Amino acid sequence: MALTGLEIYKLLPQTNCKDCNFPTCLAFAMKLAAKQAELKDCPHVSEEAKEKLESAAAPPIRLVELHGGNGKVQVGNETVLFRHEKTFYNMPGIFWRLGDDESVDELKSKAKRADAYQADYVGIDLKLDGFAIEAKSDPAAFASAIEAVRSVSQKPLILLASTPELAKAGVEACGDTRPLLYYADKDNWQEMAEIAKEAGIPLALRGATLEELAELTKSIQEAGVEDLILDPGLSGHLESLQQLTTLRRLSIKKSFRPLGYPVITFPGRDESSNEMLLAAGHIAKYAGFIVLENVDPSVLYPLLVLRQNIYTDPQKPIQVQPALYEINSPDGDAPLMVTTNFSITYFSVANEVEGSGWPAWLMVADAEGMSVLTAWAAGKFDAERIAKAVKACGAEEKLNHKKLIIPGHVAVLSGELEEELPGWEIMVGPREAVEIAGYLKAMWQK
Amino acid sequence: MTVETPKEAWTGTVREVTLGATADQGGTRSRTLTVGAESTLPFLHFEASIPNPPALALEIRDRKPDDWSPLLYEAWGDVMDDPAAWAKAAEEAGADLVYLVLSLTTSDGSPNTVENVRAVVRKVLDATGLPLAVIGAGQAEVDNELLVAAAEEGKGERLLLGLCEEKNYRTIVATAMANEHLVQSRTPMDVNLAKQLVILINDMGMPLERIVMDPTTGALGYGIEYGYSVMERLRLAALQGDKMTQQPMIVTPGEECWKVKEAKVGEGVPETWGDWEPRAIAWEGITAAALLHSGANVVVLRHPENMRRTRSMIDELMSSKAAG
Ligand code: B12
Ligand code: SF4
Repeated sequence: MALTGLEIYKLLPQTNCKDCNFPTCLAFAMKLAAKQAELKDCPHVSEEAKEKLESAAAPPIRLVELHGGNGKVQVGNETVLFRHEKTFYNMPGIFWRLGDDESVDELKSKAKRADAYQADYVGIDLKLDGFAIEAKSDPAAFASAIEAVRSVSQKPLILLASTPELAKAGVEACGDTRPLLYYADKDNWQEMAEIAKEAGIPLALRGATLEELAELTKSIQEAGVEDLILDPGLSGHLESLQQLTTLRRLSIKKSFRPLGYPVITFPGRDESSNEMLLAAGHIAKYAGFIVLENVDPSVLYPLLVLRQNIYTDPQKPIQVQPALYEINSPDGDAPLMVTTNFSITYFSVANEVEGSGWPAWLMVADAEGMSVLTAWAAGKFDAERIAKAVKACGAEEKLNHKKLIIPGHVAVLSGELEEELPGWEIMVGPREAVEIAGYLKAMWQK
Repeated sequence: MTVETPKEAWTGTVREVTLGATADQGGTRSRTLTVGAESTLPFLHFEASIPNPPALALEIRDRKPDDWSPLLYEAWGDVMDDPAAWAKAAEEAGADLVYLVLSLTTSDGSPNTVENVRAVVRKVLDATGLPLAVIGAGQAEVDNELLVAAAEEGKGERLLLGLCEEKNYRTIVATAMANEHLVQSRTPMDVNLAKQLVILINDMGMPLERIVMDPTTGALGYGIEYGYSVMERLRLAALQGDKMTQQPMIVTPGEECWKVKEAKVGEGVPETWGDWEPRAIAWEGITAAALLHSGANVVVLRHPENMRRTRSMIDELMSSKAAG
């Protein structure tokens, strides 16, 4: 939590020497609080005060970054408990657990497939973030499993290694990437911290209680590792929700530094819960990394969509540029359709038309990023706006006809539109985008 | 080092609402359903009491629908031809509430009638001991006529009648009051509209203990985030003591999800969507799970597998091994 001007003032020398070019220490403190001055401008501030001021300025949940060969994942830096209060910033990284007890070929083929996974959701690429490789036998097997995965994927890694020997072998096999080392606990933390520090990589800590975790983060920080991740060993829906909420509240509302780090979860670790629904809970409520056992596309795709939805900025709906879009290389005889610039709406329609193979012109009207009915109800998708868009988009020059297909949900607009667009024929399309291909087949004469 | 669990001191409580009436209470239900009454956010037992678990409703129709996903026809089979059998199957699948939605037309295409609705409501009430919701087909004039018939047929059963919307709530509320039922008030994803409609319905004389609020949800990928946040805001307002937002919340992820392409269509979709059936079930299941986390007191589902999965999630979340 940021300090107020007065709180900062109490930490300054209070001599009013003016070396900072402000008339008084208080004036300087006020500027600092407003982030209009920098602490280094006061040459007299004590080391202790400096530390306090710097740690107060740090974000309540530390930003931690992993790098692969070229991909990177950032988690943490959240500032609110509920998305409507501002937004959630850094989506939880979704990783797939692979074990080094599988053959190198098996690992390669799995990792290759998962690496290539890329689903399109309203023009956004949805992907898996990386792999969590688990050491199940000896350092050599661990290293070769990591090498196998790295040979087919540039994504960041999490190293699941329970002993310092395994950790060392794993870190070495990661070359100059920046994996997360998992895990240090109260027994092995000194050695693990040493390894993480030397490699300059983040370290995950495991503790049975939040108290144990808080002590560990303190010790490890003192040992020189700053980028930490917490594993409170969550199992099941209830413990997950309660602990993750407690951790988020401690960071955001209490500025409790020792636990101000992202949390890693393993929703498939406890087989008594449904992994997918538990992962959904972790996405909604506060996980930083989620390591999945099962990444079948039928599970992964909906989870990635949920993550995208929860992490969109509530202040701005995802939009596309209003314009006249060409689908399947249309010519002057191709149909002209109108829709809104809400991404979900645009892509529902564009994907259907593209998939149907019909060449078509899709005119996207500026409806302030709202769906067809929402925009219509809000007065942002009316005859006047649509007519204006038709005139402005240049369709008249490009087309050999004057027919406009409107969404079935706004059939009521057709009369008014005919008045606004003299000479045009307004055709009422189907209500749902899936029905467009059938509609064109039946209604559009080439 | 001691770590304290931060607790909020909420001043408000969600209103407790009971659906259905047993013989003692003037109805014929074998059990009733009580929702609401919590004094904290979903499942934070360490903070304050949560006496009633969220409930699961199953949507059935007065006749076999024409446009549902093939997966749902497969899952329910022949019972869809008979609302009584369907209601029984819903009870067997573990529903707490049968959510009967009326159709505009009967299966031969002619307009639905008051006589038909009475007969269906009677059959369903006889077939199951669960509390019942009866929801109109979505056209104001038709709904008003059909719902009055349903309300009279089920007099004293404490049915849930809906949907009461801003433009059409008076007749439904009046008949609910005359026949001792409850109502579902639906508003389009807006905190103030939700509150406003509760006030209007209450102003007609309907007690707040008989209003369940439906803030509207979207499906995963199709606007769920708007509904999710509106529900969180409504619940926070309720806990902060805003009386007119303290109604339990009901949402319909089943209806929303099963009409989207990801659930409805098996062929010609991107390979990255995965196999149809597990994906479709995941769509409804994940939507429902997210809504439970944002404060839903009743979720209305369509697929029996999600009854099972969601039930086990709720059981876990309500178990007393409270951590933290
Ligand atoms: C999410 C949502 C919102 C979000 C907005 C999301 C957004 N960016 O648009 C929020 C919460 C902000 C919102 C607000 C409002 N909403 Co609203 N909202 C919805 C909701 C739940 C989903 C809409 C959605 O995203 N659908 C998905 C998209 C993809 O659908 P679509 O754009 O219609 O596109 C489909 C088809 O139309 C078709 N299609 C699209 N283009 C074309 C083109 C052609 C040629 C063809 C053939 C087909 C076609 O393909 C698509 C896929 O099938 C609906 C209810 C529902 N479940 O539908 C209510 C709904 C649209 N909202 C409604 C209302 C009234 C409002 C408000 C006016 C309420 C208020 N008074 O505040 C406000 C208006 C906003 C404002 N004043 O700023 C009403 C509209 C009622 C009506 N029939 O007039 C609805 C229907 C809810 C209801 N039942 O009352 N809403
Ligand atoms: S330089 Fe430091 S001590 Fe001097 S006036 Fe500025 S803040 Fe105060």
